[in-house]
Amino acid sequence: MSDVKKFLYVNRKAPYGTIYALESLEVVLIGAAFDQDVSLAFLDDGVFQLTRDQNTDGIGVKNFSPTFRALGDYDVTRLYVEKESLDERGLTADDLQEIMYEDEDDDWAEKPAIRIVSRAEMTDIMAEQDVILSF
Amino acid sequence: MSTLHTVNKSPFVNRTLESCLNHCKDGDAVLMIEDGVYGGLGGTAVSAIVAEKAGSVSIHVLTPDMEARGLSADRLLDGITCVGYDGFVELVTKHDRTQAWL
Repeated sequence: MSDVKKFLYVNRKAPYGTIYALESLEVVLIGAAFDQDVSLAFLDDGVFQLTRDQNTDGIGVKNFSPTFRALGDYDVTRLYVEKESLDERGLTADDLQEIMYEDEDDDWAEKPAIRIVSRAEMTDIMAEQDVILSF
Repeated sequence: MSTLHTVNKSPFVNRTLESCLNHCKDGDAVLMIEDGVYGGLGGTAVSAIVAEKAGSVSIHVLTPDMEARGLSADRLLDGITCVGYDGFVELVTKHDRTQAWL
């Protein structure tokens, strides 16, 4: 095994009811300094973290959803979102914010970081990781 | 290559156990700990989905958490194995990764 490990951060909680979602993002940003192969998974209520037009002015907590758009600058370029979880919650990919990254292997072309995957594909993604961190 | 999944929440409060079972591959193991042990009981609203997975996935409950809650092994679904803390460690070492379903 090389010294670069595959890390998957699994997000299964909605954004503001508990601190899990914000803490996950904080850990991802800290972990990004260690030059590992990092990707994020969003399933169950975790898909609510990525919805567009979040406005937390009325509840007095930080709206951290724009921070997801900075992940590309930290070489975190794969955000896997489970299709079945979206479906169960009446959401489609259009309800999610646009998150782009610049692909350094493709002349810095802008590409979407969000990848909609099936439950079966998500299962395979989990099974190929070295380390899984759950939030 | 296989995964040990741990579940620590009651299946009657949220759907974490169900989600975990839906993301298991054949040969994986599930260990129910803390309030997760209620998921191993027979005759409940979730028994059927647990029993259905018990063939392709090995399912375990942590004995000290069972005992703490007054649950005896004869309340468990067929095919579920009780393990102690040593068995927990063994499961961790036997699989390639551990995924905690919080």
